[in-house]
Amino acid sequence: MALLEVTNLDLRFGLRQGEVRALRDVSFTLERGERLGIVGESGAGKSVAAFSLLNLVGKPGFIAGGSITFDGLELNSMSEHALRKVRGNRISMIFQDPMMTLNPVLSIGEQMVECLKAHRRISSKKARAIALDKLQQVQIPSPETRLDQYPHELSGGMRQRIIIAIALLLDPDIIIADEPTTALDVTIQAEIMALLLDLCEQHNVGLILITHDLGVVSQVTQRMLVMYAGRVIEQGLTREIINDPQHPYTQGLINALPQMATPGERLNQIRGSMPSLSNLPNGCAFHPRCDFINKANGEPRPACVQEVPEFVDSGNCRVACHMVAEMQEDRRLKLEEIS
Amino acid sequence: MNATAMDLKDANLESVDTPTQNEESADSLLQIRNLKKRFSLSGDFLEQLRFKGGKLIRHREYVHAINGVNLDIKRGEALCVVGESGCGKSTVARTVMGLLTPTAGEISYAGQRIDNLSSRELLPFRKRMQMIFQNPYASLNPRMTIQQTLEEPLRLHHPDWNRLKVQEKVQEVMSSVGIDPDWGKRFGHEFSGGQRQRIAIARALAVDPEFIVADEPISALDVSIQAQVLNLLMDAQRDRNLTYLFITHDLAVVEHFGTRVAVMYLGTVCEIATTATLFNKPRHPYTQALLSAIPRLEDDRPQHIRLKGEVPTPVNLPSGCVFHGRCPYANTRCRQEIPTLVTQLDGTRVACHAVEENRL
Repeated sequence: MALLEVTNLDLRFGLRQGEVRALRDVSFTLERGERLGIVGESGAGKSVAAFSLLNLVGKPGFIAGGSITFDGLELNSMSEHALRKVRGNRISMIFQDPMMTLNPVLSIGEQMVECLKAHRRISSKKARAIALDKLQQVQIPSPETRLDQYPHELSGGMRQRIIIAIALLLDPDIIIADEPTTALDVTIQAEIMALLLDLCEQHNVGLILITHDLGVVSQVTQRMLVMYAGRVIEQGLTREIINDPQHPYTQGLINALPQMATPGERLNQIRGSMPSLSNLPNGCAFHPRCDFINKANGEPRPACVQEVPEFVDSGNCRVACHMVAEMQEDRRLKLEEIS
Repeated sequence: MNATAMDLKDANLESVDTPTQNEESADSLLQIRNLKKRFSLSGDFLEQLRFKGGKLIRHREYVHAINGVNLDIKRGEALCVVGESGCGKSTVARTVMGLLTPTAGEISYAGQRIDNLSSRELLPFRKRMQMIFQNPYASLNPRMTIQQTLEEPLRLHHPDWNRLKVQEKVQEVMSSVGIDPDWGKRFGHEFSGGQRQRIAIARALAVDPEFIVADEPISALDVSIQAQVLNLLMDAQRDRNLTYLFITHDLAVVEHFGTRVAVMYLGTVCEIATTATLFNKPRHPYTQALLSAIPRLEDDRPQHIRLKGEVPTPVNLPSGCVFHGRCPYANTRCRQEIPTLVTQLDGTRVACHAVEENRL
């Protein structure tokens, strides 16, 4: 059995205007030491999916169905008290903005010792020694002085290193990283990602990386999920999906990258924008923007408009699209034409 | 290489440099000469007073945002300025538009100096130069309808136009950016980020400018929307023969969009080249590190150049080359002497002693 198993997760927000279904039928697994990427645009539900694992989605959000199993523990039916033993200890998180995550009135050392003492019976001296060791692992220059510094004295890249050190403090099984480098510059981003990758490999820690950057996902993760409007629409090996995306949305996302077009030519864009979760189109949520179904005769197919697509196996990926078989047929014909 | 040969090489390079510069100024639309901008950190006069050693002294500190930038933007091109946060790229954009007054240096537009003009004198230039800002959630007035937002620049720059003509123009410009002209009565908050950015672009295009400064116009948008807006900007350039000064930190966008690229670091330009040359053959050590950091889809394991340390603060600039503290090739000369942009054989201009001395 996988270390983490999420099945048919259904997350809703009870709002005055009615219920908004932020996640529908989200299922995925994570093996020990595996790196999984969750990709999607803002509002696709990728952050909320990760937050719901540790029951971090506040009211009015609630889990309406599905299960989250971590190493034999049912996380979604656990009491808050029991969940605290897992949270930060066996599954830790790295958030997007390193400025917001650290407590500005506590020194780095205090924050790290606090975290250790919350989960282990340990002397302050020993806790400090562990903290120092972790700071060395994240390659912070002069770690002893850093322990007594405050977050505002450090740069953004340095703060994110400290947050990684805190995430590693209790030797977790899984780290959930929510856009860990979005607030940072490219060169710093590259350093932080390389560091995270090295540490996860060294300590055999599983990583759930949430990002909108396909480049980062392709370099760091082994498997990936693509999310659209609260659903997973494609999942499989990262390499396979990047090289040969099956879902029209994934294809659109990859083709829209500037590096996929000839310089100076128009980019391949996806029409329109993502629908709001409270007002989803019927059937496949992507159908109003899908080029493939419109190619046939200008009209969307009845199946795409009426039925929500089920997952089908396509090559090494699983795709939720009615048109997969037809698209493959199309591609086969094209290949035949060429040959 | 011995000293005489090096002198000779330097002399050659210098002689190549001068004529190209003259040539450049002939067909350039915008010229920036030795531009400097610093911001005071120490407040007003009373706040600057300090006691030190029993004496009252005046203590002043500055952020040196731009330190001697020279740029020429040719008609019809898209000059991209890239760099990391705090390198002064947005300050360059804002100074060019007259939103900030330069501390020193000259900016000329179509041969005429514009940095010392009063706002009344600047008005005819404002019609020819427009700006698109980063955040479409902040750049549209929330209390104005889209119609009002788009009419405002037209009324200001064409006081002689009647209402019908203004409205016609608004409709035309709205449909040219893919916004339904019937939506004019709506307010900014009723639109998505991508649509708002289209409206901001429409506002810039309404007065038919020839030059547009775009400060990170797509970085606040989602990936699928970025492509739409970038396409719109490229269509506008083709249809209206626009010239762009495009500020961004996204190198993939630059590779696609830019005619030429200027790389900035800590308030100075370290390399200017045509896009193809820069991406195929980055010369400056900083450019090399920057390009190697782009997350690409192809390679499984990134092989990026790791720079030591972090960007120093622009309050106390390092001596010599601003990059020397992080540069793997730095020597004594780099620590003492500020490098100038030297033209290479293929027209690339690089400010680096190591490139000059062929040490790379």
